[in-house]
Amino acid sequence: MSTTIAAAPDKRVLITKPRTSDRIFRGVVTAFGISALLILTLIGVFLSVRGIQTFHSQGWHFLTNFKWEVVQNDDGTATSNLGIGAMLLGTILISIVALLIGVPLSIAMALFLTFYAPAKLKTFLVSVVDLMAAFPSVLFGLWGFFVLMPMVTYWAKLIYKYFNWIPVFSAPEPFFERSPFTAGVVLAIMIIPIVTSVSREVFAQTPLDRIQAAYALGATKWGVIKSVVFPFGSSGVVGGAMLGLGRAFGETVAVFTVLNIVFRGNWHVLYGAGGNVASLIILKWGESTGDETTALLAAGFVLFILTLVVNLSANFIIRRSVKSGK
Amino acid sequence: MTVKPRKPWAPNRKDRVRTLSVLAVAVFGAWAVVSFTGLSGKIGFIFSFVLIYTLVQAIVGVRLRGSKALGDTVAQSIIYLGSALVFMPVASILYMTVTKGIKGLHFSLFTASMSNASFLDPVGNGGLLHALVGTLYLVLIAMVVSVPMGILTALYLTEIKGKGAGFIQFVVQAMSGVPSVVAGLFIFTSVILVSPLKTSAAAGALALAVLMIPTVTRTSQEVLLLVPTDLREAGLAMGATQWRTVAMIVVPAARNGLITATILGVARIAGETAPLIFTIGGADKLNMNPFKDYQSALPFYVWKGLTLGTPESLQRAWTGILILLILVLSLFVAARSLGGRRMAK
Amino acid sequence: MTTETAPSSLAGVAASRSSSRKPGTLPMGAGLEARGVHAWFNKHLALRDVSLDFGFGTVTALIGPSGCGKTTFIRTMNRMHEFIPGAAMAGEVLLDGKDIYAAGTDVTKIRLQIGMVFQKPNPFPSMTIGENVLSGIKLAQLKVDNKDDLLEECLVRAGLWSEVKDRLGAHGGSLSGGQQQRLCIARSLAVKPRVLLMDEPCSALDPGSTLRIEDTIGELAKTMTIIIVTHNMQQAARVSDYTAFFLSDGGPGQMVEVGPTSEIFSRPRDKRTENYVSGRFG
Repeated sequence: MSTTIAAAPDKRVLITKPRTSDRIFRGVVTAFGISALLILTLIGVFLSVRGIQTFHSQGWHFLTNFKWEVVQNDDGTATSNLGIGAMLLGTILISIVALLIGVPLSIAMALFLTFYAPAKLKTFLVSVVDLMAAFPSVLFGLWGFFVLMPMVTYWAKLIYKYFNWIPVFSAPEPFFERSPFTAGVVLAIMIIPIVTSVSREVFAQTPLDRIQAAYALGATKWGVIKSVVFPFGSSGVVGGAMLGLGRAFGETVAVFTVLNIVFRGNWHVLYGAGGNVASLIILKWGESTGDETTALLAAGFVLFILTLVVNLSANFIIRRSVKSGK
Repeated sequence: MTVKPRKPWAPNRKDRVRTLSVLAVAVFGAWAVVSFTGLSGKIGFIFSFVLIYTLVQAIVGVRLRGSKALGDTVAQSIIYLGSALVFMPVASILYMTVTKGIKGLHFSLFTASMSNASFLDPVGNGGLLHALVGTLYLVLIAMVVSVPMGILTALYLTEIKGKGAGFIQFVVQAMSGVPSVVAGLFIFTSVILVSPLKTSAAAGALALAVLMIPTVTRTSQEVLLLVPTDLREAGLAMGATQWRTVAMIVVPAARNGLITATILGVARIAGETAPLIFTIGGADKLNMNPFKDYQSALPFYVWKGLTLGTPESLQRAWTGILILLILVLSLFVAARSLGGRRMAK
Repeated sequence: MTTETAPSSLAGVAASRSSSRKPGTLPMGAGLEARGVHAWFNKHLALRDVSLDFGFGTVTALIGPSGCGKTTFIRTMNRMHEFIPGAAMAGEVLLDGKDIYAAGTDVTKIRLQIGMVFQKPNPFPSMTIGENVLSGIKLAQLKVDNKDDLLEECLVRAGLWSEVKDRLGAHGGSLSGGQQQRLCIARSLAVKPRVLLMDEPCSALDPGSTLRIEDTIGELAKTMTIIIVTHNMQQAARVSDYTAFFLSDGGPGQMVEVGPTSEIFSRPRDKRTENYVSGRFG
C-alpha cells in the first residue's frame, strides 16, 4: 500500500440557477422582509422631521424644561416655552414604582407556577395570566379609576402617615389623589403578564441535573431555587423586567385617568402631581395647534427612541441568557 | 399477590390537618387583631392574616424540620401570597366589568348609533352600532395589510434565511416594542398630513397594522419553525421548486398555527385606543365608508364615555368595555383551541 | 474476544480484591436495607420486589442490562424517585432500622445521610470550586467549626486536592470531566453521609479518570456504605465486595441474584446471571 497521501482534490463550485418562479418567490418574500425595516425607519424619519422643528426652537432644553406654555406676546405673536422634562421625570418615576411592585409579584407567580403549583391548577393559572395580557388598556383605565384609585389613595394616606420622614414619601400638601404611586400600581398590574411569562420560561429551562444535584445534597425547595434556579435565570428575568419597562413607558390610556398631569418636577411619589410623556400627548392633542402640535410630535419621537432602546436591550439580554444556557 | 402502589411523600391526613389548623389559627388571629387593635377593615384583616399565617407556618416548619426550614417556609408563604395578589386584580376586573356593564345592556345598543343621542342622555338612548361597525372596518383592513406582510416576513426569516435575516429579525423585535401612541402619531404624520387619505377608519387601520405586523410575524415564525424539515426536504427531493414546496407543503402544514397568529394579532389590536385618537377622529353617527370621514370604534366609544365623566356616559363606557372584552376573550379562546398545546406551555 | 476466559478473569479480579478486605456483615445500626421495594411510573410497574441488605463499609455493585431498573432502584434509596410526576412505590427502605418513607420523616435529612453522585458531572457553575464543595453545608445550614479543614479533607478524600488546591476560587465549570466528577464526589462528602449512591459515575469519563475514581471508592468504603450502579462488569469486579444482578424480561425489573462479587462472576447460581456475566447478552 502506497504511503504517500494524495492531495485533496479541488472543491467543486456548485452553482444552482433557481427557476424563474423561485426567483419571483424569493424576490417577493425578500421585499416583504425588508418592508418591516422600511416601516420602522419611516417611523423615525417622519416623526423626527416634524419634531425637529421643536428641537430647533427649544433646543435640547426641550428635554429638561419643566414648563409647557404658550405665551401670547403683546405684538400678537406667541412665544412657546415647551418642555417635556416634567413628563420624562414622571415617566421614569412611575415606571420605577411599577417595576418595584410588578417584578417581585411576577417572580413569585413564575416560581409558583414552575415549582409549587399542582398540574391542574397550573394550566388554569397560566390561562389567567394570559388573560391579563389580553385586557385592553382602556379597561385598566376604567377599572383603575373606579376600583383601584380609592384603595391606593387610602394606602397612600397610610404610608404618608407612618413613613413621611422618608423624603420620597413626603408631600408638599396632603393631596394624594391621582399620584405617580397610583399610576405605578396600575402599570405594575399591566406588566405582570409579560414579566411572568418570560420568567416562567426561563425558570422552566433550568437544567434538571443541577436541580437534582441540589436536592440530593439535602436542600429544601427554596434552597434549590436560591442556589440553582436564580443564578441560572437571573439575566432572563432582568430581560423580562426590561420588556415590562418598555411597556410601562408607552402606556397611555390606563395612566391618563389615574394620573394628575401637572407641569412640575415632582418626585414625591405619593403626592398627586405627575407626568407621563405618552399621556401628555393625548391630553394636549385635541386642542393643540402649531408649535404645540409639533412639540407633541417631538415628544412622541423621544418616546419612540426611549422604548426602542429599552426593548432592544431587553431582547438582547434575553437571547444571550437563553443561548449561553449557563 | 399484588402489592399496591403508595405515595408516602404525598400529604397525608396528619399533614392536611396541620395545614388547616394553621389556616384556622391565622384567621382567628387576624380577627382578634382587627377587633382589638387600631388596624381595621378588610385590609387590616388581610394584612394580619398574612403575617400570622407566615409566622405560624414558619414556627411549625422549624419545629418539625430544623432551622433550615425557616427560609423554605417563609419563601413558600411569600410566593403563595404573591401569586394570590396577582390573581385578585384579574378577578376584580372581570367582576366589575360584568356587573357594571350588564346594567347598560339594552336591545337598541346593537341597532342604533349615537347620532340622535348624546353620551349624557339616559342610557337607553342610542347605541354603539357605529362603534361596532368601526371596529369591524378597522380589524378587516388591518388584517388585509398585516397578515400577508407578517406571514411573508416570517417566510423570509424561516424559508429563505437570506443575508439580512438576522437584521430583519432584530428589526421585527424592535417593532414589537413600539408604543401604540407612537404608531398613531406615525400614521398621522406620514399618511394623514401628506397623503389623500385623511382621518378615517383606514388610517386607523394602518396605525393598528404597525402594531399587528410584529405579533403576526413572531407567532407565524414560531409556527413555521415547528414544521419538520423532513417535510420540506421531501418536497424538494420530488423536484418541486422552493415556492411550490412552501406554498403546497409548508404553509398548509402550518395552517392552524398561522390562523392562530392572525387571531392573536387581531385580539391585540381590537382593544387599542391610543392610536385611534390620532387617526379616526371619532364620530357619533354610523359611517359606512372606511376611507373617508371620521369613524368611531369600540375602544374609542369607551374612551369617550370615560373622559366625559357623567354617570350616564360612564355607564355607556362600562357596557362598551363589556362588549369589547367579550370580543377579545372570544378571540383568545378561539386562538387557544386552534393553537392547542403549543399555546398552553 | 475470549468469552470463556471472561468469567474467570473477572472472578480473578474479584477474588484478589476480597482477600484484602473483610466482607461486610449484617449492619450494627449503620447499614441500609431495602425490603420488598417496588416502583411505579404512573400505572407502569418498573421495579418489582427488590430486597437487599447493604452492610456498613461494603461496596455493592448493581449490574444488569439497560432498562432493568437499576437506576430506578437506586433513586428509591434516597427518595429521588418521587420527583417524577406519577411516581409511586411500595416496600420499605430502612436506615438504622427506620423506614425513610415513614410518615413525618424529614426527607432533606435523609438525603444528608444518603448522598448521590450522578452519571453526568453536575457542579454548580455559578459557584467556585471551594463553594461547590461546601454547598451542601450551606444549603443544610450545618454548623462547621473549620470550613477550610473540611474543604481540604473532602477534596483529599475525593482525590482532587493536589490538582485544585491553588485555584479554589476558580469556577466549577473550568475543570475537566474527570475532575468535575471528583468535585461532585467531594461535594457529596462534605455533609458526611453514611451511604453514598453512585449512578454510573464513570460512564461519561475517560479511563484514566475512571481508575482514579475507582481508587477513591476503595478509600471511601472504609467509612461508609457505597452502592454503585455500573454497566461495566470489569469495574464491578474491581471495586465491589458484593454484586447484585438486575434483569427485566420485558416486564418489571427484578433482582435476580446477589452475592459476593467473586462468586457472582465465577460461580453464579442463576443461569441468567451466568449468561450475562459471560457476555452472551447485554
